[in-house]
Amino acid sequence: MSERLSQQFELGYTYTRSTGPIVGRFLTELRQRRIVGTRGDDGRVYVPPMEFDPVTASALDEFVEVADCGEVVSWCWVSEPRDSHPFDTPFAWALVKLDGADVPMVHAVCAGRDEMRTGMRVQACWAEETRGYITDIVCFEPEAQGKGP
Amino acid sequence: MSEDAGEHITAIETPVYLKYNFTAGQATTRFLQQVRQGKLVGQRRPECDCGNVYVPARGSCAACGLPTTEEVELGDKATVQSFTIVWIPIPNNPIQPPYIVANLVPDGANISFIHLMSECDNDSVHIGQRVEAVWKPEEEWDYAMDNIRYFRPLDEPDVPIEMIGKVPLAGWEGEA
Ligand SMILES: [Zn+2]
Repeated sequence: MSERLSQQFELGYTYTRSTGPIVGRFLTELRQRRIVGTRGDDGRVYVPPMEFDPVTASALDEFVEVADCGEVVSWCWVSEPRDSHPFDTPFAWALVKLDGADVPMVHAVCAGRDEMRTGMRVQACWAEETRGYITDIVCFEPEAQGKGP
Repeated sequence: MSEDAGEHITAIETPVYLKYNFTAGQATTRFLQQVRQGKLVGQRRPECDCGNVYVPARGSCAACGLPTTEEVELGDKATVQSFTIVWIPIPNNPIQPPYIVANLVPDGANISFIHLMSECDNDSVHIGQRVEAVWKPEEEWDYAMDNIRYFRPLDEPDVPIEMIGKVPLAGWEGEA
């Protein structure tokens, strides 16, 4: 009974997710290197777009294009990336509030650990080939000097 | 940056993978060692009122929670407790649909395990049907349930629903 039986398994779910018209539009625009949100009933712009107003619950359909640069509102440094992370070198998960948006969205920031700070300006780094996935934005990078608003 | 607008996106692929190591405990190790020898062996706790024989055993009796200390060798015959016809292909699975996956209770055991059925007319598979294991050639046996390729129908009378899970190792002779 000293025998030890151990085996590797991989469980996979090959989901295809229906996007619906709102997220579908967001991804379609991403493929053309544009970022859009929806305008809520109180005028606030949500990016990524919300399908329903979070306060009034009414359906939202006014799309607003926002900039592909903005400000880091909050962040968390990933010093030891795992297999499923987008990079194999240290990076930050950040809440980035894009210019023209009223709420921040989560994405990765590729910058030096010492460069990271709340309030820093960042700029989207687009994939060479876009496919209509959130990864069409590879990451955000510190904005070049003098390019801010 | 002139890029064709293309089709409006309506769906995206979002696969999820879970990679893990499974290490068999004592009961499962014992079960797999015997499957490797071409035998289906269950376990029970002889002192327990429930008298249940579990296969594959997990090492304890589900009724009282105490260790199952006795091994019970089971036969190759089993009864269909329930089944489903699979029509959707599963990625990386070589079996072509439609095929039958069934909960089978081996004679002498009281709970079912899941396995494939084949050499059968899918439309005539039914609860209570008698089946037998078709083993791979001995040289291919490993620590795996697919040492049994599948179960195929037997030409025996059906087991009444209330008797499924109670057929003794000696088998099923049909209704008296
Ligand atoms: Zn018990």
